[in-house]
Amino acid sequence: MLTVNARKKLAAFQWRGELELNFGVTALFGPSGAGKTSLVNMIAGLMAPDEGEITIGETCVFSSARGVNLPPERRSVGVVFQDGRLFPHLSARGNLTYGRRRGALAPPGLNEVVERLELGPLLERRPRTLSGGEQQRVAIGRALLTGPEALLLDEPLAGLDRARRDEVLKMLAGLGRDGRQALLYVTHRMEEVLRLADCLALIERGAIKAVGTPQELLGKPELQSLTGRRSAGALLLCRMERANDGDGLSRLSCGAGHSLLLPRLDAANGDNVVLQVGADDVTLALEPPQRSSALNVMRGVVERVLEEDETFSNVVVDVGQQALWARVTRRSMRELKLAPGRPVYATIKAASLFS
Amino acid sequence: MTPVAEIAALSLKVSLWAVACSLPPGIACAWVLARCRFPGKILLDGLVHLPLVTPPVVVGYLLLTVLGRNGALGGWLYETFGVSLTFNWKGAAVAAAVMAFPLMVRAIRLGIESVDRRLETAARTLGATPVRSLFTVTLPLAAPGLITGALLAFARCLGEFGATITFVSNVPGQTRTLPLAIYTLLQTPEGETAAAWLAGLSLALAVLALGASELAARAARKRLG
Repeated sequence: MLTVNARKKLAAFQWRGELELNFGVTALFGPSGAGKTSLVNMIAGLMAPDEGEITIGETCVFSSARGVNLPPERRSVGVVFQDGRLFPHLSARGNLTYGRRRGALAPPGLNEVVERLELGPLLERRPRTLSGGEQQRVAIGRALLTGPEALLLDEPLAGLDRARRDEVLKMLAGLGRDGRQALLYVTHRMEEVLRLADCLALIERGAIKAVGTPQELLGKPELQSLTGRRSAGALLLCRMERANDGDGLSRLSCGAGHSLLLPRLDAANGDNVVLQVGADDVTLALEPPQRSSALNVMRGVVERVLEEDETFSNVVVDVGQQALWARVTRRSMRELKLAPGRPVYATIKAASLFS
Repeated sequence: MTPVAEIAALSLKVSLWAVACSLPPGIACAWVLARCRFPGKILLDGLVHLPLVTPPVVVGYLLLTVLGRNGALGGWLYETFGVSLTFNWKGAAVAAAVMAFPLMVRAIRLGIESVDRRLETAARTLGATPVRSLFTVTLPLAAPGLITGALLAFARCLGEFGATITFVSNVPGQTRTLPLAIYTLLQTPEGETAAAWLAGLSLALAVLALGASELAARAARKRLG
């Protein structure tokens, strides 16, 4: 549990924001220079806010009103930096055991962490002989071994290639599920958000603009400028029903009795997959399309309409437990009389597997 | 004339003590100069470097005024601890230490400045106090600078002359180190051959110290990656 409510004058802008982190992974997403690292630094005690309050677990670590400002070594927080920052003069083992426990949480045992992060063969090696992914795994283990109540990961995968990112992501996902500490994961990669985060906080120019589940926030067209054009559209949580349904198609179920047929996806039967359905790939109709080439039609109800500009509107369609997002012209809106509450049939032309 | 071995031993003793005793304040000074920002820092910097630019005789004279039996600090030292620095090897060590101090601080400061501060930050987030971070991260990583600083200072101490002869005079067996012995021999008729031997010895020791410094610093750098 971690709460932040702080203001800080930075070179480019004023940082201000409130954030409450519970157990599990919260992703802090925003462009470079949005103040993500500043937030990490304020929580870790490496930078003091001008005013506000920061609480980690039960401990108030900063309060301008009460004049509290604990130094970093007395805050129960672990930090994994983008550049790892392993101590070059110590072996991996020396790095892992460097930390000191603070706070209420009993740290995990060295063996447990070594096993979980698969560090066994690396223990006696020096950081400079480790690959980037291995270094970050040691850095994560080192932070975990102090038993922090909040673990802050500041773009820990930024310097890694794709294979190394996957290797570390897999382990981080396991940590998140464990849920012993609040995890704040800073990134500007939506893919990492979708793989890890239970909660998403969008940050821009030092302000937290929205907090919610990734599905919720990515389904909001008005947040598109924050979540990025690439992620424009809805995310559907699906289950792979039949990876090979014949004709090179896969069959997925996405709740409320809907199923989708898509070109073969790389997942096994029973796997949970996240599909990204772009707003431009969804068309709306008032009646089920007759004799159409479209395979995927879902019945739903218009939930919200958001005007994008003079030509386009974004329509959020509730299709049972999940929502789709369709970008349609305002002329079509008028002709179909699309408004909240109106039943529609959504045709999905394409969807891609996210992550 | 004292045998060569005895002179060399005295020189080594004086230099070793000088380096050993000035190392802790040298590290502290270097750390403050490398890592702290405060008003008057330029003054401290100047003060540390003063012996480098002042005539050694003047430094010796100042030491005599301050640390001599009648000096403010010297008198107190004698009355409180019974320690006298005048005309003995301890005074010679003090004179050597003061003269070598700027060289030592410079090298250590460079070593500390070369340590990535982000590693110190990382240590703090792992629960290390500033002191623990200094001893477990900064100083081990500044080892090449520490070694260079200590050995440079050692070589400088071996060669110290002006401040020593002014402060503690030229007492055989007490303050007559290699340079003073060479000077004395050159003042005596037929002392030239012996002086040449001692000069050779001085040269050898200096080269040895510099070589050792380079090798040790290189080894330390290699170990740190």
